[in-house]
Amino acid sequence: MLGHRKVESKDIAIIFKEEYSNLVAVLFHYYNLQDLTLAEDLVSETFVKAMKTWSHKGIPDLPKAWLRRTAKNLLVDYHRRQQTFNQKIAPNILNKSDKKYSSNITEEIIEDSQLKMMFVVCDPSLNNEAQLCLALRILSGFSIDEIAIALLSNKEAINKKLYRAKKSIKLNRDQSFNLSRSEYSDRLDNVLRVLYLIFNEGYYTSTNELTIRHELCWEAMSLCKFLEDKFSTENTRVTALLALMCFHASRLEARSKDENVIRLYDQQDKSKWNQHLIKKGESYLNKSANGDNVSKYHIEAAIAYWHTTDKPEKWSNILHLYNNLLLIEYSPQTAMSRTYALAKVKSPKTALHEALKLKLDNNQYYYCLIAELYRMDDDRSQEKSYLQKALNLATRAHEKTLIQQKIEAAKIASILF
Amino acid sequence: MKDFMLLFHSEPNMEYQPTPQEIEAEIKKWHNWIGGIAAQGKMKATDALGYQGKTLHTDGTITDGPYVEVKEMVGGYLICTTETIEEALELAKGCPIFDVGGKVEVRDIMVFEN
Repeated sequence: MLGHRKVESKDIAIIFKEEYSNLVAVLFHYYNLQDLTLAEDLVSETFVKAMKTWSHKGIPDLPKAWLRRTAKNLLVDYHRRQQTFNQKIAPNILNKSDKKYSSNITEEIIEDSQLKMMFVVCDPSLNNEAQLCLALRILSGFSIDEIAIALLSNKEAINKKLYRAKKSIKLNRDQSFNLSRSEYSDRLDNVLRVLYLIFNEGYYTSTNELTIRHELCWEAMSLCKFLEDKFSTENTRVTALLALMCFHASRLEARSKDENVIRLYDQQDKSKWNQHLIKKGESYLNKSANGDNVSKYHIEAAIAYWHTTDKPEKWSNILHLYNNLLLIEYSPQTAMSRTYALAKVKSPKTALHEALKLKLDNNQYYYCLIAELYRMDDDRSQEKSYLQKALNLATRAHEKTLIQQKIEAAKIASILF
Repeated sequence: MKDFMLLFHSEPNMEYQPTPQEIEAEIKKWHNWIGGIAAQGKMKATDALGYQGKTLHTDGTITDGPYVEVKEMVGGYLICTTETIEEALELAKGCPIFDVGGKVEVRDIMVFEN
């Protein structure tokens, strides 16, 4: 039957990556290890053992089960070793959880441990970057190299961040463990924020490694889907975030590297949008409306939905949603997007009047927005001077090139018309 | 930075029976104006007040509505954060209350030290 398909060596890397987070989570939670570094070390040891054994005996039929068994045995060995150092504590641990050691690690145990792990890793006392690194390492099994590429950093810096983050989790572990149902909901916001950060990191960062960018997005989506299965009935924010991710992800393929810095969807090739993901997004968006709570994820998902349509009321709805989003949470990006929508609904002149009041000086995207509004208003010389301001601030190569191209176009237009 | 409250005054027109479209257009106008303030990062809170109201007097009597004896009533408020009262006045410009002949009163919000 299916189970007998021969596992090939190229599959091993994938299996390791998938099992990494599963095993770390189970050791940490189910077996009460409560030490991330130790859990990771044991999992690495498991993989080393697998490589050694499999290289001469061949890959077993059920490699994941093999890994789980081995990890568990290594944990028992670890406790035995500890026992000789510490006669008092270790026997207790072993006796208390004897029942656990005799049974297999089931999918259910893995899911439960993974879920708990999300809430430990997204510890609000850690800073954004630390939570991101930790989530990618522990929840998604990314290698240090991959994290460094994804976050535009280097190996040493990532290692340092991870080291500090794990240390801090070890210190706070009493707070992170045995969270009550209400504490789970309290922390849920933070978990969602981290998933959204991971997604955005993949969606917006300028690293040239497209595969890694996309992988970040899919990873965030799969974690969000997992969370949605568990929490959607009591919390529609999770469903709304998943809808938002579906809409954005539908455009992943259509986005090219040199896309407009203020993200004008108008200029994308809509035929390349993934209709299947858009449909998924719509169904999650509808599902997320089954509650009283309207979160920023609901609003952002609705905005993303309207962007996928061509209906006449599109822009006035988008403007309305941005107005609401600003009332929940101000951000310069939202303020700028709102102003762009205003230009679409009212006129570029009205939008310009409001754009100049935003006073987001020294923000290249702000200058790009004003330039774009001047372009819509046919004032190419003002457009050019704002693009110049943006160019002076731009640091990323592909953004510089893009602004440069626009300046050329504005120059030509101001001469010819 | 200081907080200021913008109070929207207008003369109540109890005979006015707007159509759903008119109501929607009115709400949109307010939304866009408020959105413009929020876009500047100066928005704190806002609410619209309805027509249901009662007033309790010193002698314990209760009268209907805030509007029976007054020519104008407060239809809502907005709290914004700005450097000066002039800046708050600047934000008040464009308020849709002016379209119905109303006015905006700007007041500073007092802060008490503990």
